[in-house]
Amino acid sequence: MSVILLFLAVLATIAGWWLSKQRLTAKPWLEEGAIGDFPGGGASALPAAKIGLGVFLAVAGSLLALFVSAYAMRMHMAQDWRPLPEPKLLWLNTGVLVVSSIALHRALLAARRGRMDGVMANLLAGGGSAVVFLAGQILAWRQMAASGYVPASNPADAFFYLITAVHGLHLLGGLVALARAIAKAWPGVATDQLRLSVELCAMYWHFLLLVWLGLFGMLLLT
Amino acid sequence: MVTVLQARTRGMTLMRMPLTVWGIFTATVMALLAFPALFVGAVMMLLDRLLGTSFFMPSLVEMGQHLQHSGGSPILFQHLFWFFGHPEVYIVALPAFGIVSDLISTHARRNIFGYRMMVWAIVAIGALSFVVWAHHMYVSGMNPYFGFFFATTTLIIAIPTAIKVYNWLLTLWHGDIHLTVPMLFALAFIVTFLNGGLTGLFLGNVVVDVPLSDTMFVVAHFHMVMGVAPIMVIFGGIYHWYPKITGRMLNEALGRFHFWVTFLGAYAVFFPMHYLGLLGMPRRYPEIGETSFVPDSAATLNAFISVAALAVGFAQMVFLFNLIWSLSRGRQAGGNPWNATTLEWQTPETPPGHGNWGKELPVVYRWAYDYSVPGAERDFVPQNQPPARRATWEAAP
Ligand code: HEM
Ligand SMILES: [Cu+2]
Repeated sequence: MSVILLFLAVLATIAGWWLSKQRLTAKPWLEEGAIGDFPGGGASALPAAKIGLGVFLAVAGSLLALFVSAYAMRMHMAQDWRPLPEPKLLWLNTGVLVVSSIALHRALLAARRGRMDGVMANLLAGGGSAVVFLAGQILAWRQMAASGYVPASNPADAFFYLITAVHGLHLLGGLVALARAIAKAWPGVATDQLRLSVELCAMYWHFLLLVWLGLFGMLLLT
Repeated sequence: MVTVLQARTRGMTLMRMPLTVWGIFTATVMALLAFPALFVGAVMMLLDRLLGTSFFMPSLVEMGQHLQHSGGSPILFQHLFWFFGHPEVYIVALPAFGIVSDLISTHARRNIFGYRMMVWAIVAIGALSFVVWAHHMYVSGMNPYFGFFFATTTLIIAIPTAIKVYNWLLTLWHGDIHLTVPMLFALAFIVTFLNGGLTGLFLGNVVVDVPLSDTMFVVAHFHMVMGVAPIMVIFGGIYHWYPKITGRMLNEALGRFHFWVTFLGAYAVFFPMHYLGLLGMPRRYPEIGETSFVPDSAATLNAFISVAALAVGFAQMVFLFNLIWSLSRGRQAGGNPWNATTLEWQTPETPPGHGNWGKELPVVYRWAYDYSVPGAERDFVPQNQPPARRATWEAAP
């Protein structure tokens, strides 16, 4: 469980930092009056949607950290762990996911400058490469299964399918949000709404890329 | 959670929030971080069943047949489950802590004692509850040093918890206690929670827990602390807020009947279980048969428990009747029958209309606990009342 504890420690540090700015040592019974009289304590200037995504990433992060914890514990709990040969295809998929993340980052830059053609092209590129990544993952599954590595054969195989599936499902959910951002970009006008949507998508994509690099590294090393 | 972070009305700083909101807020954060563990455990168990994986399933012989599983570890499931499970008990308890603080303060006409400590304790309990899960696994054969570590963290949680209990008592001290039905339930909560918390301290120590684990003592512990105590708060909360939701009061006589039968009945049900547990009676067994250590009289005690449980069940029928009957026949409540300070009691309409406040959102000028302020014209000052009378009460001796 050390992985999840480490992850929670990071979250606790962030929460502690935030709480430390909330004047939790104020003596509210002495502080009568309008808000302006006392510094701090209002809502943050960030849009609610962004905070919502941050919260979601914390939750998704702890979910993945828990899978990794279970992986690390199960490895040593019995003598039956047989590391599996990761298909070479995974390297290619990783490259595609990096491309996808870069495209969304460029979409974000374009949205900030108000260049709508760039936004549209990059959103589509990002979405397209994410779909290619998912297709590649499924292909990797089929290669594995064809060479006899199925979930029931070994815990290492079971975790491989489980972890890639969880990551893939998160990306699939992200594609829904991305489709909505594309719909917003369709009229060809740069609105604050659109900028926010693109920003959130890019954030989420970078998160999933980071997670994938971590998971892939773990699969390779163990 | 994002509502508390981003949608507070003007003037509602975190330290002006009622403790109810603090409790719910913290519990929400905990729920978001704890439930993934349950989810992970559930998914992996499902795969064990459906796809024949061996995450948790060791090699087993069932009906003379070797199952295809091998090497899985039930301990891994226990870790995941209790990593969720222990935070969950505080996810239940923290909102109850918050609500009971507000009930006590309102019905004792006194500001909550040690508000800041109450907030800090809620946050501290929330954080600590993520590092105590293995106290549910003392008998799983884990490394004894882990047992020592988890016993220590478990007992440390008792400190902020005890602080809260002291602060409730100090709020009541010299208070103008109105023994309304919500207050009765709030007081019952304190007693019951204290009872369950103390047995928790027993179980938190490895050497005491090992013989008591998986006995009725554990059942008594968690039903006191997680069953009866929060339910007392839920009932207290319903009696307290029903007038705001419906515009009518619940019937007082029926409420008192409901309270006494439920409170005493719950003790009749769960108190004897401590004794059964000390006898060594195991939990989860439908029938224990002959043993050398459980006397026949234990069966008599179990029968008594069943009768008490039926009585408690009956009292809930009375409560349901009260809920429905008072909807049309209850005494008109007015907007603020308990003379409470918090915002929900200050809405222009009762029951509140859509959006609660009409066109103009309230502005908050003070914390949630200005009861019996010296020099104030009434014994409570609503949170949204501007500080016009400051000069007069500052001048008062
Ligand atoms: C000072 C506070 C507490 C301590 C030291 C404590 C300690 C313990 C320990 C050691 C056990 C395991 C007993 C065993 O299985 O042998 C246990 C069980 C349990 N506790 Fe607590 N506890 C405390 C407070 C609470 C609270 C506040 C709640 C809920 C609101 C709670 C709910 C439970 C539940 C549900 C179980 C039973 C789990 C099962 O099914 O095995 N406890 N407690
Ligand atoms: Cu626990």
